[in-house]
Parts: sequence; C-alpha cells; structure tokens
Amino acid sequence: MSAPDLLFYLFAGLTLLSALLVVANPFSRNPVTSAMFLVLTMVFLSGLFVLLHAFFLAAVQILVYAGAVMVLFLFVIMLLDVKEEERRRIKAFSLGLGATGVGGLFLLIVISIFKGESGAGGYPRIEGSTFELGRLLFTNYLLPFEIVSVLLLVAMVGAILLSKKDLK
Amino acid sequence: MDWDFIIISSVKIVCAVVALLTMVAYSVLVERKVSAFIQDRVGPNRTAPPLVAAIPVIGPFLVRLGIFQPLADGLKFILKEDFTPSHVRKIYFWLAPAVAMVPAFLTIAVIPFGSTLGKQNMVIADLNVGILYSFGIVSLAVYGIVLAGWASNSKYPFYGGIRSSAQMISYEIAMGMSVVPVFMMVGHLNLSEVIQAQADGGWFVWRSPMTFLSFVIFLIAAFAETNRLPFDMPECETELVGGYHTEYSSMKFALFFLGEYAAMIAVSSLMVVLFFGGWTLPFFGLNQPAESLGMGLLHIAIFLGKMLFFMVVFIWVRWMIPRFRYDQLMDMGWKRFVPLALANIVLTAVWMWWMA
Repeated sequence: MSAPDLLFYLFAGLTLLSALLVVANPFSRNPVTSAMFLVLTMVFLSGLFVLLHAFFLAAVQILVYAGAVMVLFLFVIMLLDVKEEERRRIKAFSLGLGATGVGGLFLLIVISIFKGESGAGGYPRIEGSTFELGRLLFTNYLLPFEIVSVLLLVAMVGAILLSKKDLK
Repeated sequence: MDWDFIIISSVKIVCAVVALLTMVAYSVLVERKVSAFIQDRVGPNRTAPPLVAAIPVIGPFLVRLGIFQPLADGLKFILKEDFTPSHVRKIYFWLAPAVAMVPAFLTIAVIPFGSTLGKQNMVIADLNVGILYSFGIVSLAVYGIVLAGWASNSKYPFYGGIRSSAQMISYEIAMGMSVVPVFMMVGHLNLSEVIQAQADGGWFVWRSPMTFLSFVIFLIAAFAETNRLPFDMPECETELVGGYHTEYSSMKFALFFLGEYAAMIAVSSLMVVLFFGGWTLPFFGLNQPAESLGMGLLHIAIFLGKMLFFMVVFIWVRWMIPRFRYDQLMDMGWKRFVPLALANIVLTAVWMWWMA
C-alpha cells in the first residue's frame, strides 16, 4: 500500500468518524460540539479532495464551508438556548424517517457503483491550474452554472424579504 | 516523494517557524517601544540578565533598547498561575488558545519569502491555489476567538466572541474580493507567479488605480481580520473588559496575544507578496531569482524588511486612531467596502477588455 492509499483510508475514516460524531455523539448532546465536528468533517473532506488532485476544490471547501458557513452556524447556535437542545429527546418517528432516507441513498449509491463500469476517469486537465476549471464552467457547464447563481440570488432575496418586519 | 524533499522541507518549516516565533516575540517589544515613542515615554529600558549588563558600552545600550524584555515577558507568562475558572466549559476553554494560534502559522507555508538559496526555492509549498489556501486558513482563525468567548461562559467574553464572528466574516468578503483585480491581471492564483508578474511589470500598488484601490481595501480589511485597532471590537477594553480573553490567564492568554501578532505577520507578508513585489526590488537586477548564496540571503532580507515596514504600520495605526463603533464598523464593511471591491472588479475587467 502506497502513501496516498494510506492517506485515503486515514482521511476517509476520519471523515466518517467525525461525521458520525456530528449526529450521534455519545458524550455530548451539545450543538456547538456537533458544529465543531462538522468543521472537522469539512477539513478531512478537503484532505480527500487534495488526494484526488482537486486542489481548487479543497481550498474552496475550507474557505467557504469551514471558514464562512460554519462560523455563521456557530453564530446562530450560540444565540440559541443550548441547554434546551441538550434536553430534547429524539422521537422514534424522526429517527425512522432519517434511517429510511439514509438507507435508500446508501442503496442507490451501492447499486450505481456495482452497475457502473470502472474507466480511466475523465478530465485530468482540470488538475493544477484553475484556468481549465474556469473555462469549463463558462463553456460546457454554462447553463448549470448560471442556474445555480440565479438560485443563490433568489435565496438571498428571499432571506432579506423574510427578515423584514413590515412589508410596504 | 524522495528523502531529499522531505528533509529540505522539514528544515524550511523549522526555520520558518523559529523565525516567526522570534519575530512575534520582538514585535511585542516593538509595539511597546513605538507606543512609548508616540506617547512621549521611554518604554521598556531596564530588563537585563545579570552578566550582560556588566559588559561596558554594549551592555547598557542593549538594555536601554529593551532587547531582553521579551525573555522576561515570556518567563513571566510561563511562571504565572494558570487559572481555570470553575464556570467555564473546560474542553473548549483549553482548545481555544491553540486554535487561535495555529492558523497564522499555517499561512506562512505558501508565502514565497525569498527567491532561491542554492538550488532550493524559498517557499515551503508552492501551491497552484496559494492565495485561496491562505484565505481559507486565515478564515479559520475566527474559531479560536469564537470558542474562547463561548467557552468562558460569561457575558463580556461572549459578546466578544459574537462580535468577532460577525466582524471577521464581513471583512473576509471585502478582503477576498479586493484581491481579485490583482489575479485578473496576473492570470494565475500561484503566489510565486504574482511576484514574477510584478518583477516584470512593476509593483501592483502603483501599476494602476484599480490595484491601488485593491491595496487600500485589503489593508483596511487586514486590520479588521487581525482584530487590531481601530477595529479591535472583540476585545474592546472600554466596553467588554477584555473581550474574549477576559477569563484567560498565564500562558493561555499569551497564546492569544502571540496569535494576534503571528496573524499580523502573516497578513503583512501577504500584502508584501500581492502588492509590493515580494522579495524583488526594481533596481540593481534584484528582481531576478538569485544566482549566488549572498543574493539569495539578500532577497530574504528585502522581504523581511518590507514585512517589518507593514508591522510598524500596524503598530503605528493602533496608537494613532481611536476605535470605531461596532455599527460603524459593520456599516463600513458591507455598505462601503463590499460594493467598492465589486465595482473595482468590474472596472478592472472593462479596462483589461479595452486594452486587449
């Protein structure tokens, strides 16, 4: 087993472990602890991206998710009543719903892995410079790219609208 | 991956970290001396180890400069009682100072602090996405402060933590967008390429009005990102006692303190690399990679000199300008700098399209 393989198993294991500790931590029901483990999950995920030579994605993963989104999460969590969250019981119904959803998704992925044929993989050109990535985003994937940006704009306008108290 | 690479990289890392720690310790001294100068005082001038002070002429001179003050400060921090209040959340209380300290050190990894020394490039990791990496790591620095504020479990530190999370997110956006024009002109996210572009076509501060505006926004956002006056809202002594580190003592407090200076050094080096040509100087052929050992060392010295200049700017501003109010700070971030940086990007794009 070579060093990248070893690192892959290390990062994959750590990602799964910290992701598990986000939702089912036996030592603490504290939302801040969950959020911090989610940050760790993001960091280990970006390690996996580095192993795939997707350096841009790895850096953006840390910059956007660990650096910005999770800080806002923490900001909101700290303004909530943490004690109440700690006391809240898990309902059997929501547990069942969650388990069904995750199980279905897992099944879907496993099926697609076994049905798919392993090939050489595409687009090794994206590796390294961000130039190719930008070019692809603005040529082959222009429509999805624009749709996503419109979606983000809609979400932003919606958030502003909802937070306004009196509409004129 | 061969052994040469591992050994040389380790040597570079150790040297960079040791140099950084030394600079952090002495920038505290510079801070005290500069503040003393501005307020018409003398500053630290009498700490001396027993034998050194007895050396004629040189001994008293060094003592008056306060060269030995950082040693005494460090000793004081280590020997003081490390007190953990009973009401804190222990794990996070212990974790926070470390989290505050680490990101500033990681940023140094992608900074090209010299051209070449022998056959080695003077940068620890020459990443293709260098600038994104450093912004990503800088953005993690906020966790130390937020966790410290929350873990202290008392009012004022908590306000400090909350303020800091909002402030740093806001200014991160302005900071990130302010440098986009520079990279539009370079066409590459690698920091070594940025320096190369400046060696060929002039430093970015003076190259065009757009990049100058970039620099101004970046400089101001840097003050907010490192929690320095006039934007030191998270610790703001007059309102929040000591802000996020009110409950901390001894070495744990010192780590926050050192983390702040390390972050200042990291941001200063970023500014030098992005806008002031890194290790280059535009005359005597100093903008070409070094061929001899002496030139290599000279390049490192040039880089350190430029960086120290920005450190002094940071310190100078702290003692000259009063603190902003918190709403003014947020107002300025979102309503002034973010639109300005956006307009700057559009302007640069139009200008480049026009020239092309």
